[in-house]
Amino acid sequence: MSKPTPMLHPAVLEASHIALSYGHAGRATNVVLRDFSLQLKAGEVVAVLGPSGVGKSSLLRVLAGLQTPDNGGVRVHGESLKGPHPRVGLVFQDPCLLPWLTLEENVGFGLDFRHQPVLDAKTRRERVRDAIAEVDLQHALGHYPSELSGGMAQRVALARCLARQPEILLLDEPFSALDEITRGDMQTLLQQITARHKTAAVLVTHDIDEALVLADRIALLGGQPGGLIGEWRIEQPHPRDAVAAELTRVRVEIVQALRDARRAGSPPAELQRAVA
Amino acid sequence: MNATSIPLHRSSARIGLSLFGLFVLLVLWSLGIHVLGKSMPLAGALSPSDTFHSLYDLLARNELTRHTLTSLKRVMVSLLAALALGVPIGVAVGSSRALDSSTSGAFQFLRMISPLSWMPIAVMIFGIGDAPIYFLLTITAVWPIILNTSAGVRQLNPRWLLLARSLSATRGEILWRIVVPGTLGHVLTGVRVAIGMIWILLIPCEMLGVSSGLGYFILDTRDRLAYSELMAAIVLIGALGFLLDALAQRLHRHWVPAGTD
Ligand SMILES: Nc1ncnc2c1ncn2[C@@H]1O[C@H](COP(=O)(O)OP(=O)(O)OP(=O)(O)O)[C@@H](O)[C@H]1O
Ligand SMILES: [Mg+2]
Repeated sequence: MSKPTPMLHPAVLEASHIALSYGHAGRATNVVLRDFSLQLKAGEVVAVLGPSGVGKSSLLRVLAGLQTPDNGGVRVHGESLKGPHPRVGLVFQDPCLLPWLTLEENVGFGLDFRHQPVLDAKTRRERVRDAIAEVDLQHALGHYPSELSGGMAQRVALARCLARQPEILLLDEPFSALDEITRGDMQTLLQQITARHKTAAVLVTHDIDEALVLADRIALLGGQPGGLIGEWRIEQPHPRDAVAAELTRVRVEIVQALRDARRAGSPPAELQRAVA
Repeated sequence: MNATSIPLHRSSARIGLSLFGLFVLLVLWSLGIHVLGKSMPLAGALSPSDTFHSLYDLLARNELTRHTLTSLKRVMVSLLAALALGVPIGVAVGSSRALDSSTSGAFQFLRMISPLSWMPIAVMIFGIGDAPIYFLLTITAVWPIILNTSAGVRQLNPRWLLLARSLSATRGEILWRIVVPGTLGHVLTGVRVAIGMIWILLIPCEMLGVSSGLGYFILDTRDRLAYSELMAAIVLIGALGFLLDALAQRLHRHWVPAGTD
């Protein structure tokens, strides 16, 4: 393949010194991230793990070019990001399908947009069919979203992203609304897809097991304002079992790091607001 | 016992009940004529049998075709004009909070004025003929379309817009691929309301110095003392209105998959 070698381009996605806050003019702002950096190598899957409200979704919006950080910046292939990048695919927490389009049309949505790479109609159709085959939904092409189960809908959302053949996947808790059994299946599917296409991915999650099962690397976000409080490399081969001894050791360390961050850091956000 | 037999059974029961309702209406109508006949010798011409007889004659002699087509043309032209005017205004009002607050008072005020009150002014401006009718019917239909469109835009799922943005959609793509299909259901609801209002207002409007249309035909039968034909026109107006509404409902069901609203 003609992919650039990792040596020339050490990171496909690089976020450096991201700071982010929300607030109204004049009022004290809610500082969400203070200084977060992340390097994503080609084909690597990084899980960004953190408690609810730490700023994971906000971070992912920044990585996707949907939100401008207060400080720092994002580079894709060394070029600084100014808006959504055509080779970066995004999957949200809810499937976000368009109810007036069939499954097939939903998967193809956006492929013909002006700022997307130009594809002829035949290639577009093939891409859509391939992506649907990848998530194993060929039998439901003409179905509307209201006729799909939650797991099927999330698979359609994944296929919509895959049809654009992204080099980098950004996933915001994509399976958190699913039941445990379906979630396991989806995790396996995602693992197979990223391995097959050598897709790099940032997987945002608050589920420690999900991070342990899927990630090559885990970046732990914590504290108030949020920052990186720990990093682990997981080298176990796939498929993994979350209760394996090695993974259990990492889990204990993660829980410990979160506990330390809470004790050392400033009081939780709710408390701060109550005092102010 | 299979799944399809249940809705089939339900819908045939519904049709049965609605036929029964029409039958009751017919009985009440006959009774009314019977009672009225005691004090008013002319009442016989208004009876169901005379009415349907006249209706059959008029239809067979093709005498209503021109009037019906003219009336339907007026409905369609005014509806299209109202859509052309109302949808862009509705989209603008629905997407801008400032525009919404600054127009809502004025819209509610204008909406509550019976369009017929504009009649003298419409005639003064547009003269006599089709133009004032189009004007009156258009301002009748434009309010439900504006209000439903803007409500539709306001209820658009913000995540659909985020999705479009993540695909680097242009403004035009956001409008045509998200906003328009996402509000179509509301627009069609507005169309259905608008058709009902146009149809009701059409008849008095057509009594305004024009020489065709169902409203004109009613005045004409009155002048000719052809009361059974007058009743026939009334029945036809009801039937056409019913069909137009059913058509609007069908369009909604056909174009708007479940879950869009
Ligand atoms: N659009 C916004 N305007 C103002 N504040 C926001 C906005 N989005 C997020 N925040 C705030 O930023 C903080 C982080 O939110 P974010 O959604 O990024 O967290 P998260 O880690 O994704 O949480 P969760 O796991 O619950 O999804 C929260 O305190 C939230 O109130
Ligand atoms: Mg989130």
